[in-house]
Amino acid sequence: MNPNPAKTKKNILIILLLTLLCLIINIPTGVTLPLSYLPPPLKYGLDLAGGVSLTYQINTDDIDPSSLPSALEALKSNIEKRVNLFGLSEANVQTSSQADSYRLIIELPGVDDLGQAIGLIGQTAQLNFKGESSLPPEATATATFADVFSVDTDISGSHLLRSSVQVSPNTSQPEVLLEFNPEGTLLFEKATQQFLNQRIAIFLDDFPITFPVVQSVISDGRAVISGDFDSKSAKSLSAQLNAGALPLSIDLIQQQHLGATLGQQAISKGIRAGLVGLFLVCLFMVGNYGKLGLIANLGLVVYGLITLSLYRLIPVTLTFPGVVGFILSVGMAVDSNILIFERMREELRNGKEWGVAMELGFGRAWDSIKDANTCTIITALILFNPFAWTFLSSSGLVRGFAITLLLGILISLFTGVFVTRNLLRVLAKQK
Amino acid sequence: MKLRPLFLAISLIFISASIFSIFRWGFRPSIDFAGGSIWEISLPSQPHSDQITQIFTSQDISLLSISTGADNYLIKFQDISQPQKNALDVAFRQLDADFGQLRFETLSPSLGKELLKKTIFSIILSSLALFLFIGRRFKDRAFGISAVLAMFHDTFILIGSFSLLGHFFGAELDTLFVTAVLTTLSASVHDTVVTFDRIRELRFKNFKTEWVSLANQAVSETLVRSVNNSMTIIFMLLSLAILGGDTTRWFAIALLVGAVLGTYSSFAVAAPLLLFLKKRKQN
Repeated sequence: MNPNPAKTKKNILIILLLTLLCLIINIPTGVTLPLSYLPPPLKYGLDLAGGVSLTYQINTDDIDPSSLPSALEALKSNIEKRVNLFGLSEANVQTSSQADSYRLIIELPGVDDLGQAIGLIGQTAQLNFKGESSLPPEATATATFADVFSVDTDISGSHLLRSSVQVSPNTSQPEVLLEFNPEGTLLFEKATQQFLNQRIAIFLDDFPITFPVVQSVISDGRAVISGDFDSKSAKSLSAQLNAGALPLSIDLIQQQHLGATLGQQAISKGIRAGLVGLFLVCLFMVGNYGKLGLIANLGLVVYGLITLSLYRLIPVTLTFPGVVGFILSVGMAVDSNILIFERMREELRNGKEWGVAMELGFGRAWDSIKDANTCTIITALILFNPFAWTFLSSSGLVRGFAITLLLGILISLFTGVFVTRNLLRVLAKQK
Repeated sequence: MKLRPLFLAISLIFISASIFSIFRWGFRPSIDFAGGSIWEISLPSQPHSDQITQIFTSQDISLLSISTGADNYLIKFQDISQPQKNALDVAFRQLDADFGQLRFETLSPSLGKELLKKTIFSIILSSLALFLFIGRRFKDRAFGISAVLAMFHDTFILIGSFSLLGHFFGAELDTLFVTAVLTTLSASVHDTVVTFDRIRELRFKNFKTEWVSLANQAVSETLVRSVNNSMTIIFMLLSLAILGGDTTRWFAIALLVGAVLGTYSSFAVAAPLLLFLKKRKQN
C-alpha cells in the first residue's frame, strides 16, 4: 500500500545521510576525523559550568532622559571591556528595563571569586589621554603600547563632557566628536600643541581604545576623530568614550555564585537519570508494541542525535532546567508514535491489512498530533519570550527550559512522523 | 461514564484538600520571590549549627534556616550587602580554616515581587492563548469551556499540592515551579484534545447517537493511548526526581504531578464536563 516506493527510498536515504551528519557533529572528543571543520562544543550555562551572576540596579535619576539610551549603551560597553580585560570571553553583559527602572545583568561563567568580580565591576571607568613618547628607534621593536604612549596629558574622563557621532560635512564619512569642559579645553589645547603631528592615545581602564594623530592645535574644546569609520564602529568608539565620561552609578541587588563542582555533579546526575528514563521508555515501547516499538526507539535515537547537533549548531546554552526540558522532551518524542500505533491497532482490529492500517494510522493520528503539539508550542513560546517583552519573565533558567522543550517538540514531529513512517514503509515491504 | 460520581468525588477531595492547605498553611516562597540569601558551604570540621547561629546573631543578620548533610551546610538568611558577606567570610574562615563555598545567592525583595508579577502575567497569557486555540479548533463553546475548566482544575490542584508538599516536606515555590505550572497547562490541554478529537470524529460518523455513549466510546478508545503517552513522560520524570539530584527534584516532581493530573482530567474531568454542558443544552 506504499503510495510511492521510489519516494520512500529517497526519504530513507535522506534520513541516513542526516543521521550520519549528526553522528559526525556529535563525535566524542578523542576521536579525530580527517575533516577541517570542527563542530562547536556544547555550551553550558552558568548553573552547570559554575560562575558568578550579578544584577545591578542602574541609578538613572541624574541623567537627562534623552541621553539615557546612549548612557546605558556606554555603561554596557564599558563593563564588557572590563570583563574582557579580565580574560572572560564567555561573559554575558546585558541591560534590561522593567517599567521605569533599569537593570544591568552580568554573567561570568568560570569565575570563582565573587568578591573579586564585584570589585572589578564596581569601579568607575577610568579614561586617560596619553601622548606618544619619542623612543629611540632600536627600542620601538620591543616596546609595548603603554611604553609608546607614556606621556601623561593630565586629561581624564572627568574632563570630557560627552562624545557623539556626526557625519563629516567634507567627506560625508561618520566621525566621532569629543566635547571637553572648560578645564579640559585648556588641557587639550596644551596637549595638541605638545603632540602636534604625533599621536595621542585614549585609554579606557588602561586599555587603548583609539590613538588618532593630532592634525592641528584645538583650542575650542571640540575635537573630531575621523578615519576609517563606518557608522557602527564610530558609535562603538563614542560609546566607549562616553563610558568614561558618563558613569551611571549602579547598586548591586542580586548576586549569585555557583561552584563548578555542583554543576558537574548535576550534569552527571542528569545524564544518569536521563539514561535510566530512556531505558525504561525503550523497554516500554518494545514491550507494548513489539517490532513497532523497536522502530520508534530507532526514531528516538535519530531524535537524540539531531537534538544534540542543533544544541551545538544554534548554539543552545544548556542549563539545569534545559536538561530537564530535554529529558522531558524524550518522553514526549514517542508521544506521536504511541498515537499512531494505537490508531494502527484499531485499524488492524477492523480487519485492515498491515500496510493499509499503517498508512491509515499515520493519516488519522496526524490531526491529534498537530493539535496536541500546538498547545505545547504556544506555552513554550510564552515561556521563551522570543521578543524579550519586559512584562514577561526573561529569566535565563525559564528560557533555558523553554528552548529545549520547543526544539524537542519540533524535532520530535519530524522523527516521530517522517522518520518512523518511512522506516515502517520499508519494513512493511518486507512483510 | 458510569464512574462519573467517583471522578467527581476524587476531584472534589483534591480541590478541597488544596483549598484547605492553601488557607491553612499557605506557601513557602523561595528567595526567587521573597528575596533573601541562600548559602551552601562546606565545613570539614563539622561545627555544631549553634556556632553558626552565633556568628549570624553577632553580625545582626536574621537567619532563616540551617540544614546539614555530611560536612555541607545549606544556610538561608535575609538579603545582605557585599561588606556583610565579606564579614561572614572572615568569620567562617575563623570557624574552620578549610571552609569552602559551593553556592551563594542573594536577592533583594523588590526583585522578587517583580518576578512574581511577571510569572502571574505569563500564566494569564498562556491560559488566554490556549483558550483561544481550543475555541477556534473545535468551533464549539462547550468543548472550549470544558477543556479550559479541566486545565484550571489541574493547575489548581498542582498549586495546592505544593502547599501541602511545602508544609510537610519543605517544597518551595520558585521560578521553576511556575515553569512547571505553565507546562502543566499545555500538557492538560494536550491530553484533552486527544479525547475531544475522538468525540468529534465519532459525532461526525453517527451524529444521532447520544452524547453519553459517544463520550463513553471515545474515552474507552483513547484511554490506553492517553495512559501510555503519560507513562513515557512519567518514566523520564520519575527517574529525574529520584536520580537527578536536589536542584531539579521539586521541578521534576511538579512536572510529574502535572503530567498525571493532565491525563486524569482528560477523561475524568473534561469529558464529563462536556457531557454536562451538552445535556443541559438538549433539555
